[in-house]
Order: sequence, then structure tokens, then C-alpha cells
Amino acid sequence: MIKQQFEIPAGYKKWTYGLLAVGIVAFIAGFIFLGMSKNEHDQTRFWAVLLQNSVYFLLVCNAAMFFICAITLAHGGWSVAFRRVPEAISAVVPVFAILAFLVFLGLILGHRHDIYHWVDKEAVAHDKILTWKKGFLNPTFFFIWTIITLCVWTFTGMKMRKLSRKADEGPMSAEDAKRYTWNNTVWAAIFVVFFALTVGSTIPWLWLMSLDAHWYSTMYSWYTFASTFVAGIALIALFIIFLKNHGYLEYTTREQLHDVGKFIFAFSIFWTYLWFSQFMLIWYANIPEETIYFKIRFQGPYRGFFFLNFIINFCAPILILMTKGSKRNYAVMTFMSVAVILGHWLDFYQMVMPSTVGENHNLGWFEWGILALYIGMIMFFTGRALTKAPLVAKYHPYLKESIIHHT
Amino acid sequence: MDIRKFVVGSFDDEAVLFPAVKKVRKAGYKIHDVYTPFPVHGLDGALGLRDTSLHTAGFVYGLTGLTTALSFISWILTRDWIQNYGGKPHFSLPAWIPIMFELTVLFSAVGMVLTFCYLCQLAPFVKKHVFHPRATDDLFVMVIECTSKTNVKETEDFLAAAGAKEVNVQIAEAGWWLGRYDQDRHLFDNKSETVTA
Repeated sequence: MIKQQFEIPAGYKKWTYGLLAVGIVAFIAGFIFLGMSKNEHDQTRFWAVLLQNSVYFLLVCNAAMFFICAITLAHGGWSVAFRRVPEAISAVVPVFAILAFLVFLGLILGHRHDIYHWVDKEAVAHDKILTWKKGFLNPTFFFIWTIITLCVWTFTGMKMRKLSRKADEGPMSAEDAKRYTWNNTVWAAIFVVFFALTVGSTIPWLWLMSLDAHWYSTMYSWYTFASTFVAGIALIALFIIFLKNHGYLEYTTREQLHDVGKFIFAFSIFWTYLWFSQFMLIWYANIPEETIYFKIRFQGPYRGFFFLNFIINFCAPILILMTKGSKRNYAVMTFMSVAVILGHWLDFYQMVMPSTVGENHNLGWFEWGILALYIGMIMFFTGRALTKAPLVAKYHPYLKESIIHHT
Repeated sequence: MDIRKFVVGSFDDEAVLFPAVKKVRKAGYKIHDVYTPFPVHGLDGALGLRDTSLHTAGFVYGLTGLTTALSFISWILTRDWIQNYGGKPHFSLPAWIPIMFELTVLFSAVGMVLTFCYLCQLAPFVKKHVFHPRATDDLFVMVIECTSKTNVKETEDFLAAAGAKEVNVQIAEAGWWLGRYDQDRHLFDNKSETVTA
């Protein structure tokens, strides 16, 4: 008899509540000492950190649903044995969507032109470039598109999870299984197409690239996507290893973990490819409007982060995850997953901070506290979602394919 | 030339092949090789083959390519033929990375293909004995190598009992040889039963 029903272990609970407590204290202290501070730099720091974390973790959790949908579209069966894990992670999306939306409300209704320069109407009117971009970068469009995006992610994600629960009900006939697979394919396609329109293009432009309102890069959205996707897969890997260590997910073997490891390896390289392409074209062309973005990151106070980013997110995965043995090793995979999640968090840090707080950056108690808050929330909501459904979709048509999966 | 005697069994089903491989190995016969129309997952494990070292070779070739590119470009552009490209420093690493990447890929790809061919004993003008032409079509062909002590009849019966559809004995060259096919076609016909082991 396999262990189907996940029960949250005491240690997990302790860590969750510990992180949440630390995070909430940090948030409250941050709100009082930074958010309400008379010092403008402190206020900027408060909002920039909230923006960085809420966008990063929202996109990371949403990447879990993209992972499911992309594999569903490819008719991949190998991941069905642990499919409930990315599903549970994607169940965090509605919560994080609301939190991110609250942050955007605060930023735009609070008229924070130190974060989003384009909310300052006066400045836009006197600025040729921003006047051109006005049709896209304005509060109305920002809110409409953000609301649509968050709603569609939430809704299609829920639909996919609901469809998955149908595989718990009972054996399917061949006809039912075909119809079931087709339904899954259709909804996965809707999600993926919308994902391309949002994470693949417009959403990073609106939420992140507009921090540097004058600057633009055609690589930016893909770069953001690659960053969050690889972190999302690392998060899936962490939960798989955690559940395996507690005796769950009997059908998920090292074969599946190996493939997840391949994903982390491959998308780390993909991320580097975009990271470098964006950098090299701007470096080579050497046009002041474009190089301004890298001036502060590459030669300014963020130089350390720039190279640390490269080491954690490229050098480490490519060298450590290259061999077959390391992708099948729980300890190595855990280490690399944590490194990748933190590495891309730092990547977002150096995407957001130079454009907002600039030279007054400070990776201090507030930044780590909010990180703890978000990790605590992921653990809390994912853990809760895992308990709500059996860990194996027993009657899924591809389950057998997943069990006998062999790399 | 290393001419040996082989007992060849042909299976028409993967599901029969796997238990047969297990039985044959358990009985202590030495499997020369199994020829299949397509890559069969897990067969290398069942045959007890060690992991290939092809990827290690690929890594080494890649490093060679990377080093070649970096040392060659940097020698040209900082020592041998210094030129000013758009005011960039002579040692401008970002501009070279695409070339370094390409040569890494090129060296590892070409090197691995050649190594693969060597490991599989394939090369232009080189011949290998084909145990059953249908191994490239729809048959899984298991080849057992005989020694001077092997009871051939018993081996044949064993294979047939394990589910082989077709069993025969062939005396053939075990490795590869240089030659032209039309001339070598009858190389093993009418050989007497002298087997070197």
C-alpha cells in the first residue's frame, strides 16, 4: 500500500512558522522604520524589496504550472508520478497574485515615482521618450493588464488542478482517457499561450523593465522567464526530495529526479545564454542610452552581485550538475536547488535595486527578512495544498509510463 | 584475424529478449553483443555493461576546444596582429565568448562522433560481420561467443528454450577489418571448424 496522503511533519511546521514569524516581524519593522521613515531612501528601499520579492516568487510559483502545461502539451508522461508537487506549488499563485497586486496598488496609487518613474505625469510630459511610451506605460493600462494577467493565471491554474483531481476518481475507459488527455491538452495550451503573452513578453516589461523607464531590451522578458523558470524547477526538485526523504512519492524514482536535474542544468545554461546575449550586444554597440543599464551593474556598486550572479547561476550548475551521478544524488540536488533559487533571487535583486535604490543598496535585515517571509509562505501554502490531494493521481492515463520511466 | 565461433539467436519481441538475456547471463554464457533495430532502454543494464565514458571524452574535447579558441584568439589579437575594433580593449573577452562557445561545441561534437565510431568499430572502408541482416529491421539478435569448451548444441537448445525464433551457428571475425565488401563477402564461407579461442 502506498502512502498517498501527505501529513505535514512537525519539523516542517516548525520551520514554516519560524520563517513566517521572522518574516512578519521583519515586514512590520520594515514598515515602521523604512516605509514610514522620513528618509526617502528608506522608503524606496522598502518598496523596492517588496516589489522584488513579490514579483520573483509569484513568477517562480507560476513557473510550476508552466512546467506542468509544457509537459502536458508535449504528451510527456514521465512527470505524472510527482505531478501533484508542481500543482501544489502553483496553488500558491492566487495568494502571491493578491500580494503582488497590493504592492502594485501601493506603488502606483502611492505615486512612487522613485520606483516607477513613469507614474510622474509632470515628468512624462516633458520627456520625449516617455511620451512615446505613454500608450503602454500608464497606470490604467498597467492595472488592466495586471488584473487580467493575474486572473487568467489563477483561473487556468485552478482549472488544470481541478482536471488533475479527476484522475483520482476512478478507472477510465480508453475513450474517457482520450477525452481526459484532450481536455488537459486544451487547457494547457490556453495557459501556455497566455503565459507567452505575459511572462514571455509584456509582464516583465511592465513590472520590471519599466523601472528603467527610458531603457529597453528585447531580451528582457525571456531573461526574466528563464530566471524564474529554472528557480521554479529547483523548487519542484526540493519538494520532491523532501517528500522522498519522508517516505512519500514511492513511484517517483531517481530516474525522475535525474530528469528534473537535467531541466535545472539545461535552463541554467539557457538563462546564461540570454544573460550574456543581453549584455554582449549592449557592450558591443556601446550606445549610451543602452549602456546606462550596465554602467551601475557592471562597473558601479553592483559589480560584486553581477559576477556572483554568474558564478552561482552558471558556473555552479554547469560544473556540479554535469555528471549523471550528481543529478541522481539527493544531497547534491538539494544543494544546487537551494543555490539556484537564491542565485536567481540575487539576480532579481540586481535587476530591481540598481534602478530604484541605486547606490544606497543594502542587503540587510529587511531584505533577508522578506525573503524569509516569502519562503515561509511558500512552505505554508504548498504544504497545505499537498495535504489536500492524494500525492499520486492514481488513474491518470500516463501514470504507468511514469512508473516505468527510464532515462 | 580473430575468427571465432558464435551461436546466434534471433528474437522478435523485446519482452522475450529481456528475460532471455537474464537467463543466458545467469547460465554463465558470454554474450558477445545484442543487436537491436532501435535503442532499447535498460538493455545495457541487463547486459551488465559498464557506463560509457563517451561523455567524459566529450568534456575533455570541449575543454580542448575552449582552450584552443581562447589561446588562439588572444594570441592573434593581443600579440600577433593587434587591431583596434571600435575602441575596445585588445583583450575583449565578451566578444570572443561566442567563438569560444562554438569551438567548444564543435570540438566536443566532432570528437564524440569519432570516439563513438571508434567504440562501435565503425569507419569508412572498414567491415564488420553482420550476424543477421534483419537486426536493422525487426529482429533482436543475441550473439553468444563460444570457447573451445562450449557445448554448441546445448547452447543452441538453451537459446531456443529462452524464446529465440531462429538459432544458428556462425564462424566469423569478431572485430573489424579493412577491405571492400565485394571481395570480402565470402571470407568466411567454407571455413573448416577450426576455432581459436
